[in-house]
Amino acid sequence: MRTIAELSAALRSREVSSVELAQDALSRAHASQSALNAFVTLDDEGALAQAHGADARLARGDATPLTGIPIAHKDVLMTQGLRTTCASRMLEHFVAPYDARVVARLREMSTVLIGKTNMDEFAMGSSSETSYFGPVRNPWSTQCVPGGSSGGSAVAVAASVVPATTGTDTGGSIRQPAALSGVCGIKPTYGVCSRYGLVAFASSLDTPGAFARSAHDCALMLTAMAGHDARDSTSLDRPIEDYSRILTTQADAKPLAGLRIGLPREYFAEGVEREVVGAVETAIDAMRALGATTIDVSLPMVRHAVPAYYVIAPAEASSNLSRFDGVRYGHRAEHYRDLIDMYCRTRAEGFGAEVKRRILVGTYVLSHGYYDAYYLQAQKVRRLIAQDFVRAFETCDVIAGPTAPTCAFEIGAKTDDPVQMYLNDIFTIAANLTGMPAMSIPCGFTKKGLPIGLHLQGNYLDEARVLNVAHRYQQVTDWHLRAPSPQPSPGMRGEEAERKRGG
Amino acid sequence: MTFEIVVGIETHAQLSTASKIFSGASTSFGAPPNTQACAVDIALPGVLPVLNRGAVERAVRFGLAVGGTINRRSVFARKNYFYPDLPKGYQISQYEIPVVEGGGVTIATDTGDKRVRLTRAHLEEDAGKSLHEGLPSDLRDVSGIDLNRAGTPLLEIVSEPDMRSTAEAVAYAKALHALVTWIGICGGDMQEGNFRCDANVSVRRPGEQLGTRCEIKNLNSFRFLAQAIEYEARRQIEIIEDGGRVVQETRLYDAERNETRSMRTKEDAQDYRYFPDPDLPPLSIDEAWIERIRAAMPELPEAMRARLVAQHGISGYDAMQLTSSRDLVDYYEAVCEALPAKDAASHKLVANFVLGEFSAVRNRADISVRAAPVDARALALLLRRVADRTISGKIAKDVFEAMWAGEGSPDAIIEHRGLRQIVDSDAIETLVTRVVDANPVAVEQYRAGKEKAFNALVGEVMKASKGKANPAQVSAILRHRLSR
Repeated sequence: MRTIAELSAALRSREVSSVELAQDALSRAHASQSALNAFVTLDDEGALAQAHGADARLARGDATPLTGIPIAHKDVLMTQGLRTTCASRMLEHFVAPYDARVVARLREMSTVLIGKTNMDEFAMGSSSETSYFGPVRNPWSTQCVPGGSSGGSAVAVAASVVPATTGTDTGGSIRQPAALSGVCGIKPTYGVCSRYGLVAFASSLDTPGAFARSAHDCALMLTAMAGHDARDSTSLDRPIEDYSRILTTQADAKPLAGLRIGLPREYFAEGVEREVVGAVETAIDAMRALGATTIDVSLPMVRHAVPAYYVIAPAEASSNLSRFDGVRYGHRAEHYRDLIDMYCRTRAEGFGAEVKRRILVGTYVLSHGYYDAYYLQAQKVRRLIAQDFVRAFETCDVIAGPTAPTCAFEIGAKTDDPVQMYLNDIFTIAANLTGMPAMSIPCGFTKKGLPIGLHLQGNYLDEARVLNVAHRYQQVTDWHLRAPSPQPSPGMRGEEAERKRGG
Repeated sequence: MTFEIVVGIETHAQLSTASKIFSGASTSFGAPPNTQACAVDIALPGVLPVLNRGAVERAVRFGLAVGGTINRRSVFARKNYFYPDLPKGYQISQYEIPVVEGGGVTIATDTGDKRVRLTRAHLEEDAGKSLHEGLPSDLRDVSGIDLNRAGTPLLEIVSEPDMRSTAEAVAYAKALHALVTWIGICGGDMQEGNFRCDANVSVRRPGEQLGTRCEIKNLNSFRFLAQAIEYEARRQIEIIEDGGRVVQETRLYDAERNETRSMRTKEDAQDYRYFPDPDLPPLSIDEAWIERIRAAMPELPEAMRARLVAQHGISGYDAMQLTSSRDLVDYYEAVCEALPAKDAASHKLVANFVLGEFSAVRNRADISVRAAPVDARALALLLRRVADRTISGKIAKDVFEAMWAGEGSPDAIIEHRGLRQIVDSDAIETLVTRVVDANPVAVEQYRAGKEKAFNALVGEVMKASKGKANPAQVSAILRHRLSR
């Protein structure tokens, strides 16, 4: 699979047309569905119409760097006229009358939307197994999960269906699947990308971002997606930044000279797989070779990140998901006695187990008498964690470590143990609690051939620096260019999902 | 044993913004159902609230008008509960830190002015409406939802339990209503639900601590407010006198049966799970903005009352009555302005006429001050004729009614109907002679010391003049004649 930068050049030189790229992407998407189940909806007709439009724009000569590039959106982002399900029965047939802001921005660039990617239901999960449309599978080993919640978006890039996709990251939902699926994924600073049209899971943590093959492509995607939006009151009002500009400057043999990489001892502690630690340390060595220095930093409060997150995120979710009540849109139970019964049956039928679990937890922690002990306490912890990072960034420029403590695990391995599942986000959650930017890039493979991700975190609004570090590393390594071989169908489960998707 | 009534009032004043508090949809009243509800109002997945600056500006205006504290930082919170006309499953309101705290409203009572303290005023959105009747006939056994009202900006104004009678409660509600319309933050139309009161009522024997309160909902007129408090206080007193205990609960006032009914008790009160809304950063209001709003504030009723008493020389009571509405006092001032004389006597004349005849006729016709067919300049022309003694105050009322009926200018009516006051002493002398001769008994009684008989004789002279004789002259001439 070629990168956006390469495809864009090919489009401009008429070596290939956008229609051809769209056709290729669609045929790969359809071919991969039974094995990987990365998509909830594919829009052949719409994609080809957009591709014709992109070709016309290319011919006119007013193309953007993303014009004609086939992409896919996580199915939690509203797309006008194309259904948005959040991988839930609740919204199985929901067609939005409007585009999410990031979707609209990418549309304005004349990207070509081929479909909506599969995910954990309402973005709640770390494995993309909780989808109403069946689990997404990892192209490096279809017995394994691709990570989550944006698993379909990670897999669509990993399996070379499209060069880039959107995702959303609430506790690691871009970075952890990027690591487990062997692609790049960036979560910018909270407020850089508008949340308008992103179906809210946890509003203070939800962050739109992107998946791509390279850091450079991530920069192109982020440049297109970022920008102030008056319809999102938490959107940052600041000039639009070209995140790719810094990457193309000429550099000498020591492009990372002067860069201070912080290494938190908490990130290399027990519980992290040995192969993961090894690959990450090798990557850091490579960065030292490029001129970077390393410094030990301490983030003592980070050990409280997971419990704090699992109070705050469910609390917000319990409120955000109240609108799915069967009254105005979405699923409504067919038979009910009265109003309360309608609510109960609608939500019992419409939501899956993990969504219900979080609504219950969230309702509990906000209840009278528990609010102070849980929600308020978690908010205090959140501030302390942010202080840890602010202090750490006084002595270093980026913080590096493993994205996830393990590589991809087998489907079903953790579905009965929510806490084990939650702990897979142990390194990614802090960046959501602080709102700071972070990305995951491929940095090696386990002996079994499963990808390992390097986590790079930056200070507020320092995504350009994070992207630059990743880019310089990718100039001298090729982990990000490796692709899995096409997988045979695993059998019934994928076909079942295909059938369910039906209309 | 006597009981004292204790009342606190929560008021929902609809703010007069053109669009909703968190969306761009229109707030105008009476549109067909669900035609003024946008994606944000119906809570489609993915939409977000954006605060309407105009609503904040109005809340600040209110805070300044009642002398409260404008919090430089306040927080929007979600109040979570399920109801079909609450699209998001939560209402955005303010909980721990409201935009305004403290302040007060002055009311007139039998024993003088009284300051009712305010606890707070906070911004929030209204819910939609559930329609259980009046739906098309093909929709049986269902309820309709109209989301036009969903997201309408409200200022919830909470008073301290400072009222001690139904009359005080009504006076407070009226003063608050006058204030919010005065400063232009609320249309004030109670029929349309612009201004809705809930009353917290308890009773106690004087000197005891506060009794258990009941909250009465749905009071959309001052009359219902009074009736509901009366009923509720009586109900609670009966319970206590029978040896029972009042249960804290929310009750609904039923205007048709004039009674309150239990809606829910404290036990089944919902847990609203308030928490700060993560979609809205804390509302911060800077000093410069507050100062700009302060500079644009109209003169407030209290300041105006003080000015009218000090500079116009009218009574505090009249000033209070006049400032019950901005339109009324504006009318009063316009009449004063159009009169050449600027002394206390002229101002009192205007105040008496505006509060008396003008208000009586207007109320009878149910016409607003602005729509009154007699404008301030015309009334000033009439009152000039009273001041220069062309007509008496009594005749002026007749002329006013003729003006109201569209019969022309005061001078034309006076001439046309021959109402000019008789100030010619000789003419009055003649009338007095006639009356004295015709009423020897009354004359005798007066001379025997009966003052009442004198008034009867004055009345006879006035009658003989068809009301046109100058009463003061009549009185003087008659007394002089009888003293002979």
